[in-house]
Amino acid sequence: MDALKRYFRSPAAVAGLILLMVVIAMAISAGWLYPRDPLALAGRPLLWPFSNPRFPLGTDNSGRDIAAQIFYGARISLLIGGVATAIAIAIGILVGAFAGYYGGWIDNVLMRITEAFQTLPNFLLLLVLVAVFGSTLTTVTIAVGVVSWPAPARLTRAEFLSLRNREFVQAGRTLGLRDLQLILGEILPNALPPVVVYASVVMAVAILLESALAFLHLSDPNVASWGNLIGLGRDVLRVQWYVSAIPGVAILVTVLAVSLVGQGLNDALNPRLKSR
Amino acid sequence: MRILSLAGRRLAASVPTLILILIGVFLLLQFAPGDTVDAMMAQMGGGDAATARQLRHFYGLDLSIPVQLGNYLWRLVRLDLGFSAIYGKPVATVILERLPPTILLMTASLSFAFFFGILFGVIAARDVNKWPDTLISTLGLIFYATPSFWFGLMAIVVFSVYLQWLPPGGFEDIGGVRTGIWHAIDIARHLVLPTLTLGLIFLAIYLRIMRASMLEVLNLDHVRTARAKGLDETAVIARHVLRNALLPMVTLIGLQAGTMLGGSVVVESVFSLPGLGRLAYESVVQRDLNTLLGIVFVSALLVIVVNFVVDLLYARLDPRITVDG
Amino acid sequence: MSDSVLSIEDLSVRLPVGADRARALANVSLSVSANEILCVVGESGSGKSVMANAIMRLLPPEVRIETGHIMFERSDLCAASLAEMRHVRGKGISMIFQEPMTALNPLRTIGDQVGEMFSVHTDLSKADIQKKVKGLLADVRIPDPDGAARAYPHELSGGQRQRAMIAMALALDPKLLIADEPTTALDVTTQAQILKLIRDLQRRRNTAVLFITHDFGVVAEIADRVVVMQRGVVVEQGPAAAVLSHPQHAYTRQLIAAVPPLQAPPPRPLASENILTLSGVSKTYRSGGFLGRGARVTAAVKDVSLVLPKGATLGIIGESGSGKSTLARCIVRLIDPDQGAIMLDGKNWAAMSHRDVRRETRHIQMVFQDPFASLNPRRKAAELVAQGPIVHGMPRAEAIAEARKLFALVGLDPAAGDRFPHEFSGGQRQRIGLARALALKPDVLVADEPVSALDVSVQAQVLRLLAELRAQLGLSIVFITHDLRVAAQICDLVAVMKDGAIVEHGPTHEVFGSPRHPYTQALLASIPGGDFMRHRVAAGA
Repeated sequence: MDALKRYFRSPAAVAGLILLMVVIAMAISAGWLYPRDPLALAGRPLLWPFSNPRFPLGTDNSGRDIAAQIFYGARISLLIGGVATAIAIAIGILVGAFAGYYGGWIDNVLMRITEAFQTLPNFLLLLVLVAVFGSTLTTVTIAVGVVSWPAPARLTRAEFLSLRNREFVQAGRTLGLRDLQLILGEILPNALPPVVVYASVVMAVAILLESALAFLHLSDPNVASWGNLIGLGRDVLRVQWYVSAIPGVAILVTVLAVSLVGQGLNDALNPRLKSR
Repeated sequence: MRILSLAGRRLAASVPTLILILIGVFLLLQFAPGDTVDAMMAQMGGGDAATARQLRHFYGLDLSIPVQLGNYLWRLVRLDLGFSAIYGKPVATVILERLPPTILLMTASLSFAFFFGILFGVIAARDVNKWPDTLISTLGLIFYATPSFWFGLMAIVVFSVYLQWLPPGGFEDIGGVRTGIWHAIDIARHLVLPTLTLGLIFLAIYLRIMRASMLEVLNLDHVRTARAKGLDETAVIARHVLRNALLPMVTLIGLQAGTMLGGSVVVESVFSLPGLGRLAYESVVQRDLNTLLGIVFVSALLVIVVNFVVDLLYARLDPRITVDG
Repeated sequence: MSDSVLSIEDLSVRLPVGADRARALANVSLSVSANEILCVVGESGSGKSVMANAIMRLLPPEVRIETGHIMFERSDLCAASLAEMRHVRGKGISMIFQEPMTALNPLRTIGDQVGEMFSVHTDLSKADIQKKVKGLLADVRIPDPDGAARAYPHELSGGQRQRAMIAMALALDPKLLIADEPTTALDVTTQAQILKLIRDLQRRRNTAVLFITHDFGVVAEIADRVVVMQRGVVVEQGPAAAVLSHPQHAYTRQLIAAVPPLQAPPPRPLASENILTLSGVSKTYRSGGFLGRGARVTAAVKDVSLVLPKGATLGIIGESGSGKSTLARCIVRLIDPDQGAIMLDGKNWAAMSHRDVRRETRHIQMVFQDPFASLNPRRKAAELVAQGPIVHGMPRAEAIAEARKLFALVGLDPAAGDRFPHEFSGGQRQRIGLARALALKPDVLVADEPVSALDVSVQAQVLRLLAELRAQLGLSIVFITHDLRVAAQICDLVAVMKDGAIVEHGPTHEVFGSPRHPYTQALLASIPGGDFMRHRVAAGA
């Protein structure tokens, strides 16, 4: 496919893909490299990185291996990012497709609901959901997904609105296709690419949202997540600032990778915009 | 007149949205484990079931949910946001106390992000694909990927711990009694790092959008006409590109208002600012659900007001927008 | 021979790697004299726009001038610096473009944009500029020049915007005016007015005009001399009268022949029974309004009654906004008419439920205007054609086989069924659209401007195909178009629509030969090069 070739022609996109592969590799290999529980005490607390060969990235306030937490944290970030994004995109496509295709009162009602979600600051809603439903991994993931669906919904709706009046859709109607066949067979395959590309943006934001929650001690404290570690490191910021610095770099690299891949996909699938 | 009637119509359309939000969050909070009375009793150090029942009756928490909702909405119309068990004051008072720092922070961050976003976006678009563009776009990407709270912490380490140029937190110097301009300067010093932190992600977004918008407008037909008339490049950009490219940026302010308010929760926590965002966090931790609901109401109101102003601005800039357009 | 204002010598322009040919222009030489209109004619891809942009040095960065000279006022524009070009642009040479809506800045008033010419090139005061602008707008006969100066582009009609652009271009009395297809996007009647305006202004101000077009009718209407271009090369040039009456090059002959003559072919015998009857069809749109007050009511279709005899072709002619497309969509029930009856084979289509429409849709099919938007880009060609029969119950393998047969019928290679739409040309895509419409073996075919988006030579081919299929399959066709020449070619009966109502209808040769309604007369008079065509027919071409 020439879209694939176009993707690989951009150095930024390739760099993003490589970084993403590195993060995924970290997540996969965490179990082999660090077979013990990453949240178990491993050594003396607050060792500096590179001071002890056993702990290349040092230890945190309680003496847990930072490197182990970084590797296991990759799993959490990718998991939450991936599942929350899937939830957001699924809800978004559903709402956007029906609002965009049918218009009228269905569109009105769905757009009011979307607007309600967008008027309320999404982090605030996240706080409310966490206050109500608790802070386990499952609830946090679902909450992040629920907070993120409005933007994909608007995007899908915009695509459907523009495609609904395209002549090939009208042609499908004159051939006798029914509404569901038109939505699923004719419009959706053409509407999907920009939404799929937008999924990378949603994922980047989802990872940032969860880590912010974890930093505030509002996410699941029983998993080794990068946000948790940054929150811990805050108490020792003055001297042992590396405890907060290292997981932050991990988040930065991961979100950067996801964004670069998304941008690369966008340029590859929309070649006429590439010269810009 | 056209502008006012346009924005007025959109404002009227936000009222159902506001009501929807309030009803939604109110109902959501009914699912919370423990209510205000539990929190109060925890503060009081415990109590028996009879006291709990009395308190519930006093606060009207034993009524059915629809009735409670009705009461709440009715009180809201009179701007009575209820009572905060944790702070021992009316919610409205607590919120009003905490509003100024947040508004100051948001205004400063928005101005910073908007102004520099436009500046760098224009520079990047003018030298597209050359080194200024690559540098600016790369930096933009990195800023976008940086978690704001982490950047705040690192900024504290660099500027407060090592360089000792700026204070590590708080809104103003406690203990020092400064007045007038010195007071203002003191607050400003305290707000430098938080503004940078909150504004960073939005700077990245605005610069990306401005760059894309400029590039798109530069490809439009009327720019070719302007060149065919003999205008030089600066005049072309100043008179025929900038204003057209600013339109999506103005819309973006409205769309990002909510996100910025949410971001202030984290930034205010990192820098210990006594603002609305940190109040929200505290309410969650202390289970002060009344206050949380009040904050939701005020936040939604703020976002709606910002969108109203944005609509006015947009209609002023774009003569094509009509009442039924 | 008067001295030449602009002289292009041996100009070659290179295209970037990956374009369909190496050079946009190859060794092009021509000249424009003072006080003459030179028409450059060619189809899409001939390089005529590239040449106009090259003269003004407005080419995109990837497209470069390779060799050659463009001599204007004794200096070579190819070698001029950008600063020097800025003196020439607007003052020495100015340009008007095809799409008046997008060519003007939507956020600035007309007066502001026309006045900019003066503020950039002269030192006049604001008050003086305003006076001059009003004078210019009056010169181009824009209605209400004062109001127009204060208006924004979207508040004017297409024709008025183009007049404003002409005013802007002629503000500083340039020696040369380049007009790049300025009337292509306009209605037929507006087009005629703008052509007349350009010719009048040219004579009054002694400007040289380089007029780019694809329509030989326009050439016949206003050109003094003609240059014919094909794929970047000049194939013929000379005085207009000579080239039109005795074209030397094969391509020129082909282009002239492709312009449909206005004379309708002798009338065919029509069947007595009517297959489609429309009575009192109406469709009204309401938009805007707050709480039901102040809504804007537009009557798109007003009380239309027409008949289509079996096997005949009924043409519906109108300009944009006449309601012809809305009417077409009402017939196939893409839009639901508010009132009236549409009788096909004893059933009233206007009153049928949507479920029944879906079932009966095999009897009426539609061919659409835009060859690029009317085919789903993600389906293979054979699938597109087979989709209809499959939906109505035919097994897939059989439907694909039938599709391939249809491909052969419309003149496409049956093996091409495995390709995607973007691999076909515009004309081929319309053939696929035609095959798709014929797949369900309909009784009536509604063709909504099926050839308007195609090049002239391709247009002729598709029209010929349509005529053949009509004979072969006994099709009854409703043919929507804005181009009277196309209607004259293929329609047995015509109905002229204006503002939603039918103003005149009848057999083609009657309506075109002796039009009764003033609007029909205006339409016929507006056809560019009308006289030329009538002479051509009289000469038996």
